[in-house]
Amino acid sequence: MPKVLSIVESAYRATLEEQDDTILWLNHMLKNNGLDVTILLRANAVNYLVKGQDATGLKFGTAELKHPPVIDKDVADLIEKGVPVYYVKEDADERGVPESKFIEGAKGISRKELPGLLEGFEHVWHW
Amino acid sequence: MATLTVALMDPPYETPATTTAFRIIDSALQKGHSVNVFAYEGAVNLAMAGQAPHANPVKGTTAEEEDHPTTKDWVASLFTTYPGKVQWINCGLCADERGANDAVPGPVRGSPKEFVEWINASDQTLVIPAK
Repeated sequence: MPKVLSIVESAYRATLEEQDDTILWLNHMLKNNGLDVTILLRANAVNYLVKGQDATGLKFGTAELKHPPVIDKDVADLIEKGVPVYYVKEDADERGVPESKFIEGAKGISRKELPGLLEGFEHVWHW
Repeated sequence: MATLTVALMDPPYETPATTTAFRIIDSALQKGHSVNVFAYEGAVNLAMAGQAPHANPVKGTTAEEEDHPTTKDWVASLFTTYPGKVQWINCGLCADERGANDAVPGPVRGSPKEFVEWINASDQTLVIPAK
C-alpha cells in the first residue's frame, strides 16, 4: 500500500460553512477507507494544533451556526485513529504560536528535515 | 443611516471570505444600515436553492444531527430578519453559465448596470474579490 503525505497549508478555508476543515475531513475519510496517510501542517495550518479553539456564536440574521468547527479536536481524532501528524516548527515560531499550547501527539519537524520526511512517501499531496 | 454596496465573488464552501462577508453584511444590517449585495461569478451559488445539508460520516452524525449550515439559508435569513433593508442581485450571465438561476426567495437576477446604479446611490462600496 502506498504511503501518502498530505501537506495542509490553507487553514480555516470555509471551516465555518463546512463545520470542519475539508482537507482534514477528506484525509480522515481516506484513513477510514484504508489509506496509509500522514498529515503535515505548514504555514497558517499549524494553528490547527492550538488547544481550545472556540468558533461558537456565529449568527446571520436568525440563522445560527449550531455546530461550529472544533479543528483541534478533529486533528486529535486523526492522531487517535493512527494518522501521524507533523507540523513545521519554524512556521509555528514565526507566528508566535507556542508549542506548549498544542494538542498532544503532533510532532514538530524543522524545515531542513523536510526532504528526509518527504523521501518516506510514494505520494506527496500539497493542498 | 447609510447604504453599503458589497460585491462578492467567492463561491460557497471555498474560502473564509464568504463568512467574513456575511459578518460584515449582518453587522451593517444590525446597525440599521441598508445593504446591497452584487453577487458576481461564483458568488451566485451562495443563494442556490438546491443546496442540501448532509450527514457527516467522519463524526457519525446524521444530516439532522449535523445540522449543516448552508449559505442559501444565510442569504434567506438576511431577507427575513431585515425586510426592506437588504437587496441582492445575482449576476445573470454568471448564473446562466453555472446553471444557478434557482435561488432562494430574495435575490434577483441583474447585471452590472444595476451594480452601477447601486454604486451611484450608495455611501460606500466594498469589494471582496476572489483571490
